[in-house]
Amino acid sequence: MSKYDTIIIGAGMSGLAAGIRLAHFDQRVCILEKHYTIGGLNSFYRMGGRDYDVGLHAMTNYAVKGSDKRGPLAKLIRQLRFRWEDFKLAEQVGSSIRFPDVSLDFNNDIAMLEAEIARDFPSQIDGFQSLCGALLDYSDMDGGAPDFMRSAREVMARHISEPLLIEMLLCPLMWYGNARENDMDYGQFCIMFRACYLEGFGRPYKGVRMILKNLVRKFRGLGGELKLRSGVSRIEVDNGKAVGVVLDDGTELQADRILSSAGSVETMRMCDDVTEVDVAKAGQLSFIESISILDRMPQDFGFDRTIVFYNDSENFHWERPDTQLCDSRTGVICSPNNYLYDADEGELPDGVIRITTLANHDRWCELPDEKYAAQKMQQYDEAVESSVRFMPDFRRYVVDTDVFTPKTIRRFTWHDNGAVYGAPDKQLDGTTHLPNVFLCGTDQGFVGIVGAIVSGISMANRHCLQA
Amino acid sequence: MTPAEIRVEILDILDDISPDEDLDNLKDDVAFREQLELDSMDFLDIVMELRKRHRVQIPEEDYGHLASMASTVSYLEPKMVDIVKS
Ligand SMILES: Cc1cc2nc3c(=O)[nH]c(=O)nc-3n(C[C@H](O)[C@H](O)[C@H](O)COP(=O)(O)OP(=O)(O)OC[C@H]3O[C@@H](n4cnc5c(N)ncnc54)[C@H](O)[C@@H]3O)c2cc1C
Repeated sequence: MSKYDTIIIGAGMSGLAAGIRLAHFDQRVCILEKHYTIGGLNSFYRMGGRDYDVGLHAMTNYAVKGSDKRGPLAKLIRQLRFRWEDFKLAEQVGSSIRFPDVSLDFNNDIAMLEAEIARDFPSQIDGFQSLCGALLDYSDMDGGAPDFMRSAREVMARHISEPLLIEMLLCPLMWYGNARENDMDYGQFCIMFRACYLEGFGRPYKGVRMILKNLVRKFRGLGGELKLRSGVSRIEVDNGKAVGVVLDDGTELQADRILSSAGSVETMRMCDDVTEVDVAKAGQLSFIESISILDRMPQDFGFDRTIVFYNDSENFHWERPDTQLCDSRTGVICSPNNYLYDADEGELPDGVIRITTLANHDRWCELPDEKYAAQKMQQYDEAVESSVRFMPDFRRYVVDTDVFTPKTIRRFTWHDNGAVYGAPDKQLDGTTHLPNVFLCGTDQGFVGIVGAIVSGISMANRHCLQA
Repeated sequence: MTPAEIRVEILDILDDISPDEDLDNLKDDVAFREQLELDSMDFLDIVMELRKRHRVQIPEEDYGHLASMASTVSYLEPKMVDIVKS
C-alpha cells in the first residue's frame, strides 16, 4: 500500500500551493481531488468554443516586481519559487462602488479613493484616514490581535460617522471575502481592505488557467502526485490519530498526516471517529453567476469599469435570501476586458460582462429539473435587469450566455450549501480534533485566489514542514 | 566546505528564495534583516534549504545565529566542515 508523508485533500488553490511547498522539501505528497479537473472554486471550462473562468473577476493584492516585497503576492511568489513573470497581472482600469445617487471610484492607488471620499463625504475624510491608520498589519493576521474578532461595523463607526460611507466601503470587501452575514470580523475586514483598496485588482490575460497551470506544473515537476477523480470518502482513524484515507472507489492510502481543503464540516464528516457534524457551522452565502458574451467590447458602449459593486438602497444587505432564489438588490458587475493588458497580449477575443448576485442554495436544490433550467434563465434576466441600473444597458449586444448557481458550485466543489467563502467562524490555526489532520484554504481563514494560496503555504509550513 | 564555500552556498540559497534581491552589495557584518526584505517565513526557508541540500539540522533555539552572513558562516562552519562541495 502506498504511504505518503502528507496527503492533501483537494486540488484547488490552497491544496496545490501546499503541495508545492511539501514536494519542494522532498516530502512524498499526494493531492487527491474528487473532480475530474483542478481548480475547485476557481476552475475553468470550455463551452460553445469559448473559454470561461468559474470565478476569476479580479485577483486582489495586485503588486509589481520590486514594489512591496512583504505583500501576499510577493510572499507567495517567493515561497513557491515562482518568478514574477509567472504571475504576470494586468492592472485594472478602475472600479466603482455605486449606490443610489453616490458613486465612488477606486483603482490601485488609494489616493483616488481618498479624493472621491473627500469630494462626496468631505466631513469624513479625516475619519477615513484614521481608519486606514488603524488597520491591522498582515503580520497580525494569525487571529492573535485583540481586535481581530471585533465587529468591523463597530470599529468603522469609531472613525466614520456617515452610515452611508460605512455601507459603501463594506460592500466590495464583503463581496470579495466575507463568510459572515451582515457584519465582518475586523481582522478579515483589514485583510480585505488591504487586498482591495491598498493593493488593488489585477488579472492575468489568460485568466485563472494561467495560475492553475503554473501551480500544477510546478507541483508535478517537483515529483508531487496528483490524482483526479479520487474523492476521499473516509479518513481512517486509529487510536486518536489519522492513519490514512479511503477513496470513493475503495482504494486505501496511508499517510503520516492529512491537510484538507475540503472545508471544516466537510472534513469532519469524513473522519471515522466522528458520528455527527454540526452542519449549522457551515457557511450560508452562495452566489449565482450570470455571464454574457457580447458582440462588442464594453468600452464600445461606454462601459470602462473593471468591477462595479452596486447596491440599490442606502443599506447594504449581506445575507442569504431566505424567501427567494436570488437577491439582486446588490451585485458585482465585472468586465474582464477592462484591464490594461500589454500591447503584445492584445484584447480578449470577446466582450464579456459577468454579474454575481446572492442566492439561496437550498431553494435552488429543491427545484425539479425543468423548473431549474427555466429559473436559471429567469434569474439571469433579473440579475441583468438589476445591474443595468448601474451601467449602460448591454442587453441588445448579448450573443451567448451561461449561468451557474449554488447547486452547480456544490456539485463541483462539494462545499456544504455551495458556500463560496466557507464557514463564518474560521479555524485560523488550522487544527482539528485529530493531532495529524489540518485544514487549509477557505475554512482555515483566507479566501480568494491569493488568500487561498497563502493559506496553503502557511498551513504546510506550520503543520507539515516544521514538525 | 570552507567558510568561503559556505558563504557562496548561502548566497545561492538567498538568491533562490528571493531572486529579485540585489546580493552583490551584501555586507557580511550587517544583519540580513537590515539589508534584505526577509520575513520569518524566509528565515525558515534558509533553514529548510540547508536541511534539504546538505542534511544540516538547525535546532530552533539556534535560529538567532543566522542573523547576518558572518554569524551564519561561523555557526555553520563546524556543521559543514565534512561536506564536500559538489
Ligand atoms: C463565482 C465565484 C467567483 C469568485 N471570484 C473570485 C475573484 O474574482 N477573485 C478571487 O480572488 N477569488 C474569487 N473567488 C473565490 C476563490 O475562488 C476561492 O476563495 C478559492 O478558489 C478557494 O480555494 P480553496 O483551495 O480554499 O478551496 P476550493 O477551491 O474549494 O478547493 C477545495 C477542493 O477540494 C475538493 N474536494 C472536496 N471534497 C473532496 C473530497 N472528499 N475528496 C477529494 N477532493 C475533495 C474540491 O473539489 C475542490 O477542488 C470566487 C469564487 C466563486 C465561486
